[in-house]
Amino acid sequence: MSTATVQKRGFGATLWDYLTTVDHKKIAILYLVAGGFFFLLGGLEALIIRIQLIKPDNEFISAGLYNQMFTMHGTTMIFLAAMPLIFTLMNIALPLQIGARDVAFPFLNSLGFWLFAFGGVLLNLSWFFGGAPDAGWTAYAPLSVQSPGHGMDFYVMGLQISGAGTLIGGINFLVTIVNMRAPGMTYMRMPMFTWASFVTSILILFAFPALTVGLILMMFDRMFGANFFDPTMGGNVIIWEHLFWIFGHPEVYILILPVFGLFSDVISTFSKKRLFGYSAMVFATVLIGFLGFMVWAHHMFTTGLGAVANSIFAVATMAIAVPTGIKIFNWLFTMWGGNIRMTVPMLWAVGFIPSFTIGGFGGVMLAVAAADYQYHDTYFVVGHFHYVIVGGVVFGIFAGITYWWPLLFGKVLNEKLGKIAFWPFFIGFHMTFFIQHILGLMGMPRRYWKFQPNESLDIGNLVSTIGAFLMAIGTIVFIINIIYTALKEEKCGTDPWDGRTLEWTVPSPPPFYNFKQIPLVRGLDALWVEKVQGNGEMTPAEPLGDIHMPNNTFIPFMISLGLFIAGIGFIYQVDNKQWLIVGIAGLLITFISMFVRSMKDDLGYHVHKEDLEKGAGSK
Amino acid sequence: MSAEELKQLKPGQGPHEPEKATLEGKNKFLGFWFFLGGETVLFASLFGTYLALKNSNLDGPSTQELFGLELVFIMTMILLTSSLTSVYAMYHMKNYDFKKMMIWLGITVLLGLSFLSLEVYEFYEYVMHDGHTFTSSAFGSAFYTLVGTHGAHVIFGLCWITSLMIRNAKRGLNLYNAPKFYVASLYWHFIDVVWVFIFTVVYLMGKVG
Ligand code: HEM
Ligand SMILES: [Cu+2]
Repeated sequence: MSTATVQKRGFGATLWDYLTTVDHKKIAILYLVAGGFFFLLGGLEALIIRIQLIKPDNEFISAGLYNQMFTMHGTTMIFLAAMPLIFTLMNIALPLQIGARDVAFPFLNSLGFWLFAFGGVLLNLSWFFGGAPDAGWTAYAPLSVQSPGHGMDFYVMGLQISGAGTLIGGINFLVTIVNMRAPGMTYMRMPMFTWASFVTSILILFAFPALTVGLILMMFDRMFGANFFDPTMGGNVIIWEHLFWIFGHPEVYILILPVFGLFSDVISTFSKKRLFGYSAMVFATVLIGFLGFMVWAHHMFTTGLGAVANSIFAVATMAIAVPTGIKIFNWLFTMWGGNIRMTVPMLWAVGFIPSFTIGGFGGVMLAVAAADYQYHDTYFVVGHFHYVIVGGVVFGIFAGITYWWPLLFGKVLNEKLGKIAFWPFFIGFHMTFFIQHILGLMGMPRRYWKFQPNESLDIGNLVSTIGAFLMAIGTIVFIINIIYTALKEEKCGTDPWDGRTLEWTVPSPPPFYNFKQIPLVRGLDALWVEKVQGNGEMTPAEPLGDIHMPNNTFIPFMISLGLFIAGIGFIYQVDNKQWLIVGIAGLLITFISMFVRSMKDDLGYHVHKEDLEKGAGSK
Repeated sequence: MSAEELKQLKPGQGPHEPEKATLEGKNKFLGFWFFLGGETVLFASLFGTYLALKNSNLDGPSTQELFGLELVFIMTMILLTSSLTSVYAMYHMKNYDFKKMMIWLGITVLLGLSFLSLEVYEFYEYVMHDGHTFTSSAFGSAFYTLVGTHGAHVIFGLCWITSLMIRNAKRGLNLYNAPKFYVASLYWHFIDVVWVFIFTVVYLMGKVG
């Protein structure tokens, strides 16, 4: 892998490079492509839902297809779009922000991606093999267990495989942050995005296994004759609800915390000010992470857990609004008196603050257990979670991708087109979802195929559908921007945003070893400290020396492929036991690949000092 | 670090804690602890499910009728002892005494195997004579899922330790494989701790009430 020869390569070589890469920056691009694809797919499903609901008594799609559509929309958006796009951001920025050459486990990083990718493909194969999952992204039993066909089997296997990938990713980032920080990068000097990713990774670690177990139980019930969720055999359907939400509520914070961190960085950079209340921000992040595990039953107020349980969970839920409020005020105070530059990332950030706050208000309303009997399973809930997820997570992803685009591709996305993308998306977003709160209060239930005429629901639904199309326009402009920038814009060089943190000390895009010399960190906003003191660049913490790098490997792909094949085998052995052969063959591929990995020494290689001096790896 | 990591180390030659002497080793060590944290949640969820369903035995035998403590007690003792022998192995690893480490690991594997055969025998009895199967009731599903997941961990642990032993039989200890041995033994301890909970929650509490 000499670097001088990589300049011009054929398509095959590039493909092979990406299939085997362990470089966090390339894995970020893989996550971006896959997550972006699923985002568009989920968006298409959303448009179909909204077209069905554009007018009363519509016959655009059948009831059964409608069920598949909203199930796949939710599942795709959460697991296959939002999660990987967040992993894009973590992969591209996190190692750079702490001054590391790579993540702690480059091999696992690649394994995490391929597991996610194969899981996502498996889930979506269901469209072509007799119908997609149709019991909602929450897959409540007994509906999910009794759902005919193989749709829910694809849900179970697909999420199991991609969930394993997420868990691996979480562990990897945790170890990276604990062990790989540059000299001087103490915990309380870490950029907020890194802090938030740290807490997020802890949430992933402790939340995803609950989903794993839930999915195992459902797999056993659906495919191997177990009785966990079958009351006639002594089973209990509430177990699924608990397991799902013990995972599910932390999951929503897994999505939002990284973008909280990202917005903190963006707002501080473009206000040219140190983040207001940095330690309070850290504290609030940790507190949100902690409380996030204490509130899952607010999704089950109407399940019948009793008044005491409902009250406790209601109070705990409302308590989360406190650290969230701290954050909102700190962002506002950071901007206050700052030297604000309204770049595209900043525009998304400024749009995010009021949008997310409205979502939080909706949340606190829902947390009032007695009132939730009215709101539950209505469009009010749909309005709430889209305000937090789109107004928070999706805005954050747009901001983050724009902000770190230079690190991904060495160019700044065109600012004008970026703004043209923002406005229709922002306006469309509020049109689509604000009115849904009102529709919910008027009694429109969620997940219904049709609504009836003459119930005053027509206008609201029409507005909502028009808003959805505006969001689609915004997304299309964003894609046009990507193409335009790739073709027309100039390379941007180092530090295009006048940044404050370490990721802006390396060239854009960074060489594969990130830092020629690991920097010495002398304060919060490490680069800014040096700029203020007139150095303008980091002092190295080590002399120039050989750099140790990991080898590329094809094994993660094979491990994931094996599980993918096994998943298909287990799904179809319900119809015909011979498929078990496929299942076992798949597992064999996986285990043999793991065995090879364990037995073969993989020592990596060195980039030599002399080559570094000649500028190896820099583009 | 690279090729020098593969240099075979003899007693008194290497650094103090070979499993954490390299950055790779440190990462592995910490990452594995995190992984065990996740595994804890996994087993906690399975325990919770089991507790919710343990009295849903329908017409099948109840926990009191089903369980006998003698066999499980012996199994517990065997597995606890295997944990101890793996501690001995790690003790010798830290002293770079490769041969003794291999011997104690070998004993650990043998004990693990005997635990596993007793468990297979136990399940066989339940299925063949007591009509207590995976599909007979929700209790059956929950029992076999919890105890079986533990059993699957034992199998995986045995394969793992054995393949490490075979792979490194000729080349002895070095800073590259020491962390591998170490985390495998951590895994083995974890399996043991989980079993202590199974013994208590499933068998003892099942006998009492
Ligand atoms: C102040 C903070 C928040 C509070 C108090 C809150 C409260 C609630 C409550 C009580 C529900 C259940 C409503 C029902 O089903 O009847 C709910 C649903 C939901 N919330 Fe929040 N929430 C908050 C923030 C968030 C955030 C930050 C996210 C995601 C980024 C989020 C995502 C969701 C989702 C996805 C659902 C619906 C799940 C479903 O049933 O499909 N929430 N929220
Ligand atoms: Cu929640």
